[in-house]
Amino acid sequence: MRLIAENLGGERGGETVFSGIGFALENGQALVVTGPNGSGKSTLLRTIAGLLPRAEGDVRIEGGSETFPTIASAVHYLGHLNAMKTALSVMENLRFWRDFNGDGQLGVEEALETVGLGGIGYLPFGYLSTGQRRRAAIAKLLVSHRPLWLLDEPTAGLDKASEERFAGLMARHCAEGGIVVAATHLPLGLDGAQALAMGEAA
Amino acid sequence: MWSLFLRDIRLSIRAGGGALTGVIFFLAVIATIPFGVGPDLKLLARIGPAILWIGALLACLLGLDRLFQADREDGSLDLLVLGNDRHMLALTVLVKCLAHWAGSVLPLVVAAPLLGLFMNMEPLSIGATALTLLIGTPAITFIGAAGAAVAVALPRGGLLISVLVLPLTIPVLIFGVSASYGAVADPDPFAQPFLILAALTLFLAVLGPVAAALALRHGTD
Repeated sequence: MRLIAENLGGERGGETVFSGIGFALENGQALVVTGPNGSGKSTLLRTIAGLLPRAEGDVRIEGGSETFPTIASAVHYLGHLNAMKTALSVMENLRFWRDFNGDGQLGVEEALETVGLGGIGYLPFGYLSTGQRRRAAIAKLLVSHRPLWLLDEPTAGLDKASEERFAGLMARHCAEGGIVVAATHLPLGLDGAQALAMGEAA
Repeated sequence: MWSLFLRDIRLSIRAGGGALTGVIFFLAVIATIPFGVGPDLKLLARIGPAILWIGALLACLLGLDRLFQADREDGSLDLLVLGNDRHMLALTVLVKCLAHWAGSVLPLVVAAPLLGLFMNMEPLSIGATALTLLIGTPAITFIGAAGAAVAVALPRGGLLISVLVLPLTIPVLIFGVSASYGAVADPDPFAQPFLILAALTLFLAVLGPVAAALALRHGTD
């Protein structure tokens, strides 16, 4: 499976935010998007996911399997927001996303153990700290299988240990043949990681 | 899909959910009517079905703005829209509507017979009104979903949704009330308006979610 972007351009409210972005990612590769605030990292990720219309160019998946023919079907999108309900417990939230997204991978408790939240799954999501909420949202990536991860500042609010644990998770995802596109300043420690610097000049 | 239904039902009955708000508003409206109209029992019984319907209609509109906005604020809406390839978005919207109806509107239907007593209505009239509410209120939710989807990005969209949706709900109100009257006033028919009401609900069950899905797909930013 390949994720290909050609001459991709994005806009917000009629204003061009970026243009001429191109990359090609094979299975197991990662793309790290960096750039100052306002350079269009989030817009790029939302455009790739298909949540924003493309201003120009194309982004597509080639050679996707039958289960994941399009980007929308193959993507785990982790935005700034955690997409969890504060009134429900962490377990209920994760169980819902596991059922809704399908293609179950890890069990809910297993996923919580993996992100270091084992034993507090019964708590309402609203009671968790910022970092814990982010970790619960990361657990959401693990409960259903998707080959393509689009991550927007995934480590915002995480402590050092959790950052390292998450870098390990991304590396493992790539090693298993997944593709990661992340807007992050975290060194991934991956050999095949490409870098995309966005800025005024891009 | 079943899990989405269960999630929304759970949210509506937990803290911050809107399940009781509508019922309390409904109660407040109906309880004040006899004071305003005066102690004319015959008049109250005569306007009872109409007042119950208007009260229920307004109470239905009350919680509609949260239908998609709550999901948008925490980012869930993005993921529901992205899930389009697995679960058609219109179907997702339909399930959300059904959950909203079961969580927030069904309590109104259940409370209607009790509030009918406030209006000095006869048992048959109360039964007919409750039945027409049961059949007719889903239509209001389906229209409301389209309005809620259009206004999802607006921070104070509640009033706008009501203004957008209210004119479209008038046919539902007319046929609901005329069927309720048809059951008690002898020359008036019951079956015809009741069947049209049922047809409206079925028709809007298709049109509303499709329109809402279209608005949501183009409303992400």
